[in-house]
Amino acid sequence: MKDALLDIRNLHVEYKVYGGLLKVLNGVNFRVGFGEKVGLVGETGCGKTTAMKAVLRILPQLARIPKGEILVHGKDVLKLNAEDLSELRGAGLSMIFQDPTSALNPVFTIGQQLFDVIRYSTKEKVTDKREVALKALREARLPDAERMLDSYPVQLSGGMRQRACIAFAIATARDLLIADEPTTNLDVTIQDQVLRLIRDLVEQKGTSLILITHSLGLARETTDRVYVMYAGNMIEMASTEEVFEQPLHPYTRGLLASVPRLTGGGFAEGIPGRIPEYKQPPPGCRFHPRCQHRFEPCSKEMPPFFDMGNGHQVACYLYQNEQEGGQSD
Amino acid sequence: MTEHYENNEILVAKKLVKYFPINRSSLFKREWVVVKAVDGIDFALAKGECLGLVGESGSGKSTTAYMISGMYSPTGGELKFKGEDIACPAVRRQQHLKKDIQMIFQDPGSSLNPRRSINDILEMPLLVHNQIKKGESIERRVIELLEQVELPAAYRFRSPATLGGGERQMVAVARALATNPSFIVLDEPTSALDVSVQAKIINMMMRIQKQFDLTYLFITHDLSLMRNVAIRIAIMYLGKIAEIAPATDFFKTPLHPYTQMLLSSIPVVTKAEMALKPAKIRSAGEIPSPTNVPPGCSFNTRCPLKQELCFTEDPVMREIMPRHFVRCHFAEMVLTL
Repeated sequence: MKDALLDIRNLHVEYKVYGGLLKVLNGVNFRVGFGEKVGLVGETGCGKTTAMKAVLRILPQLARIPKGEILVHGKDVLKLNAEDLSELRGAGLSMIFQDPTSALNPVFTIGQQLFDVIRYSTKEKVTDKREVALKALREARLPDAERMLDSYPVQLSGGMRQRACIAFAIATARDLLIADEPTTNLDVTIQDQVLRLIRDLVEQKGTSLILITHSLGLARETTDRVYVMYAGNMIEMASTEEVFEQPLHPYTRGLLASVPRLTGGGFAEGIPGRIPEYKQPPPGCRFHPRCQHRFEPCSKEMPPFFDMGNGHQVACYLYQNEQEGGQSD
Repeated sequence: MTEHYENNEILVAKKLVKYFPINRSSLFKREWVVVKAVDGIDFALAKGECLGLVGESGSGKSTTAYMISGMYSPTGGELKFKGEDIACPAVRRQQHLKKDIQMIFQDPGSSLNPRRSINDILEMPLLVHNQIKKGESIERRVIELLEQVELPAAYRFRSPATLGGGERQMVAVARALATNPSFIVLDEPTSALDVSVQAKIINMMMRIQKQFDLTYLFITHDLSLMRNVAIRIAIMYLGKIAEIAPATDFFKTPLHPYTQMLLSSIPVVTKAEMALKPAKIRSAGEIPSPTNVPPGCSFNTRCPLKQELCFTEDPVMREIMPRHFVRCHFAEMVLTL
């Protein structure tokens, strides 16, 4: 993976709150290649959304980024000025949020909002705005696009609203589409339709996709490669197939064992304990207080990624001696 | 209390109906619309059973739960618990019925009072329902309840806000257990939680069910979870039960096209599961508004197998295999797909 569209290097993010500093991201490394579909999997509060918001520079004001680089096309997003940044957001990256109801403005029609998105993303003068907006909706395969254009968000169902958001995002996303739990509020049959739509659209346009999700099943069915995140650290990365067939990190294994299977037979007891407080995260590997396999080095220093071959990387000292050919970044 | 009920059936619902009138009047026109939230459902739960009631939002599964726990009173039909009529709101039920039927809600953040300590929260049902025998200490009983849900006794001095989501839900379970119920309605108890926490809570609830010989009505949208938990499964669609069957038959031969659509939409993690998913039917369309239910079979707007008959005639429940009921004109066709 030499050419990367997005390359996050050693990213740290902290939130300054009353009575301390929340050290949320703790040296995150993350890469997305061109046209690649990457999953970012982790439980609530593990920093998935924070990491992706940092890419678009839409973190809340309390956030600080003391260390790290976010390279998009080799340019550091963190050093861009306001003008370049809005150009980057307008023309290259877009994001679909979890809750379509709060992502849409309730007092404007879908058409008005969609046209604004298109107008600010191109430099050319748009003459027939209705035609352009219709084209964008049809591209996102919305049935009855004409009626949709004149509807207010309240007049649409949850699934339709999310599809409208996808139309907004896909209209401008040339390089990268970040989908932040796009189907959490939807029913499973609608979830299936929405994800198929996202997958088809990115494949058709050659856009890269980052799917942030807590549902392991969704990651398996949508992505090529998966990052597993725990308490602000990337702990495992491999092709989707590898992660699900041969998970290595104790956390990934515990998580997978907790997923109820359609084949039945019960499931594991879950992972004891809960995600650490970010004010005083445990030293060393942040998972070690909950880990059954912990040993001496775990509490001393955060393990780096060990390369296990086949592009499978895992941040756990259990695999220190099994890794293939030296350490990687 | 009458302990005589047929076939060991602790809860029986017959032609249960709940309509909500909605005022759509405007300045010029008076108009009332009826939402048919639950439209004539029949089911029965045997003692010690766990029935999974599965459906999309708007299918009427929560309304059914609320009727059983007494938050709504049914518009029509019959609802019997241990042979006694419970087709009325909880305020009009006798004390022993209120004690016997408990409910656990989806979001423990809003079902526990944030201003009370865990001790107060658990004490309340004990006092209201006179669960403390003479000479027994209430503190002892609160600690016992916490132990049953595997929480440390010191938690009784804390407030809900200081607990994690999973721990709060365990407190809600302990509160439900405080009155020694025989029937618990679980309304999506883990859909707000992460899978590792869900695993722990569900396993604990299953142990508690065995230990106290409880009957569960488990309401959820998660079929993979039901595969591991429920003894029987009922699928609801637009206020009606589409299919009801013992869990093993249900997953081996799903017969309703809607069930097939649900199963094909579930995201799964292993190859063995992928092989189980029906490949022929894919998800399409959306659930219509319950104010505007289509004539004939209510699934006809999305069904891939629909024929003329489906638009004119509402199918009736048919027992196609032993104890496997389906409400579809062409359920046999699904088998040959």
